[in-house]
Amino acid sequence: MPPPTFELIMAKTVVLERKPLSFSERTYLPQIATGLKTTFSNMFKPKVTLQYPEEKPVIPNNYRGVPTLVKDPNGREKCVSCQLCEFVCPPKAIRITPGSVPEDQDDREHVEKAPQEFEINMLRCIYCGYCQEVCPEEAIFLQDEYSSSGFTREEMINNKEKLYELGGTLPDRHYKWDKKKEAETDGNTH
Amino acid sequence: MMDWMPQGLWFEVCLKVFFAFMMVGAVMTMAGYSVLAERKVSAWMQGRVGPNRTVLPFVEYIPIFGPLLKKLGMFQPLADGLKFLFKEEIVPGHVNKFYYYLAPLIALVPALTTMTVLPFGQMYWNDGTVSTLALADLEVGILFVFAVSSLGVYGIALAGWSSNSKYSFLGGIRSSAQMISYELAMGLSLLPVFLWVCAPGSSESGLSLSAIANSQSGGAWLFLVQPLSALIFLIALFAETNRLPFDMPESETDLVGGFHTEYGSFKFGIFFVAEYAHIVIGSAIFTVIFLGGWHFLPFMEDPWPANWIGSLLGVGWFLAKTIFLIFFFIWIRWTLPRFRYDQVMHLGWSKLLPLALVNLIVYLLIVTVIDQNAAANL
Repeated sequence: MPPPTFELIMAKTVVLERKPLSFSERTYLPQIATGLKTTFSNMFKPKVTLQYPEEKPVIPNNYRGVPTLVKDPNGREKCVSCQLCEFVCPPKAIRITPGSVPEDQDDREHVEKAPQEFEINMLRCIYCGYCQEVCPEEAIFLQDEYSSSGFTREEMINNKEKLYELGGTLPDRHYKWDKKKEAETDGNTH
Repeated sequence: MMDWMPQGLWFEVCLKVFFAFMMVGAVMTMAGYSVLAERKVSAWMQGRVGPNRTVLPFVEYIPIFGPLLKKLGMFQPLADGLKFLFKEEIVPGHVNKFYYYLAPLIALVPALTTMTVLPFGQMYWNDGTVSTLALADLEVGILFVFAVSSLGVYGIALAGWSSNSKYSFLGGIRSSAQMISYELAMGLSLLPVFLWVCAPGSSESGLSLSAIANSQSGGAWLFLVQPLSALIFLIALFAETNRLPFDMPESETDLVGGFHTEYGSFKFGIFFVAEYAHIVIGSAIFTVIFLGGWHFLPFMEDPWPANWIGSLLGVGWFLAKTIFLIFFFIWIRWTLPRFRYDQVMHLGWSKLLPLALVNLIVYLLIVTVIDQNAAANL
């Protein structure tokens, strides 16, 4: 079988007809007039600028903003100070001082630990979300707060109080420690 | 007509100085607000809002009016000017100091000098005489404008040379080449205009700017009579004022900042103001020559009374036309991209110059024919 000829290999090329420019086109003046019309009509179109401090952008769901600590719907602290987030944090922005659950919280006495202090240095944080991903208690979330500013370095370290203030309360699907307690009272410890 | 004035040389001098300051103030204010107009118009054309934050503290609390001024950015030129004044003044070590300091002044002075011969209205006196409002209504006004305005390029060329930087140098070279190329077409495009206005038998003669504006009163504006001249003059005006699409000396995409790369703070501010002053004066001159100056509309007598109200309305109408032309300058800038250097040269030498010559010859023939007929009918 003979090799295919050149015409067969090549895809069919469409040669566009290029008309020579007419006189008015060569002066460019009609084209300039069209351009002027376009820019002029643009002046009266609605503006796309978002005037930031007065107008806030719409934050999409699953936005990774400032990391915060959340409480469960009963107002109880969820963090058990396991320090997994501190361990996983790539820029080492999290520092946890573990402590015990306060004596007066009867419904949490079966929980072993709670953070005595929880600090996130927002000058180090890279908003990667690993802390949220790793947390076994679903206690830390990157929420929709995106504007974090301060005048000193110290101001930029969010302490436990600040973190709970930013985090608020999120719905809880598991109530893990309540279930554990129930299981324990039923004599069904794992 | 000046009988009511106290006599005396000193008084005359003081009055002239006062008028000169008024004129400089008016033109500089217009230049400052052209910068604001440039920022606002470019913003609107690009779907943005432009400067809308600057406001004086006490103006802010005036109801309706205050917020409106703030929204229009009316105090932005003030803030910009203050910024230029108070910025750190950096003089690079490699510049030729004397000429480096001299260049901005040389750029500004011609821009401010041309305004002396610029007529901007008519004064109707009580005794029925009419005089032109201008600092000096020269008989050779247009020649003076050409002579002085082209000196402005020396400032740019000098800035480019004294900066000892390749970008500035290229900017200066391009600017002088462009100025030389377009000056010719500009001058040639005006010859037929004066030929037409000063044709034998017409009431006007000479190269006076006020005469050419008055010749359009009640008749056709000259841009209707000589559209080609007006077009060539307008294109050359864009080139002379270094505006896009001809901003060769700046060409910030390939020359960093062009001739003012090494300039900062107030010295850059002076270049900036000089550029806009050129635009204001250029627009005013185009208005005087082709758009009827302070006269109302083509083929219409001025509708305003021949007294001081009429004088004021005339000046206002002249200002309105000038402001429209300034807007047109800005409008063109945000519509067209810049020409390449060789395209600028090509357009100037092999298109505009022959076109201006042909235009001149055609009108020469037309004027001659009209003149012969007029002579035959006598």
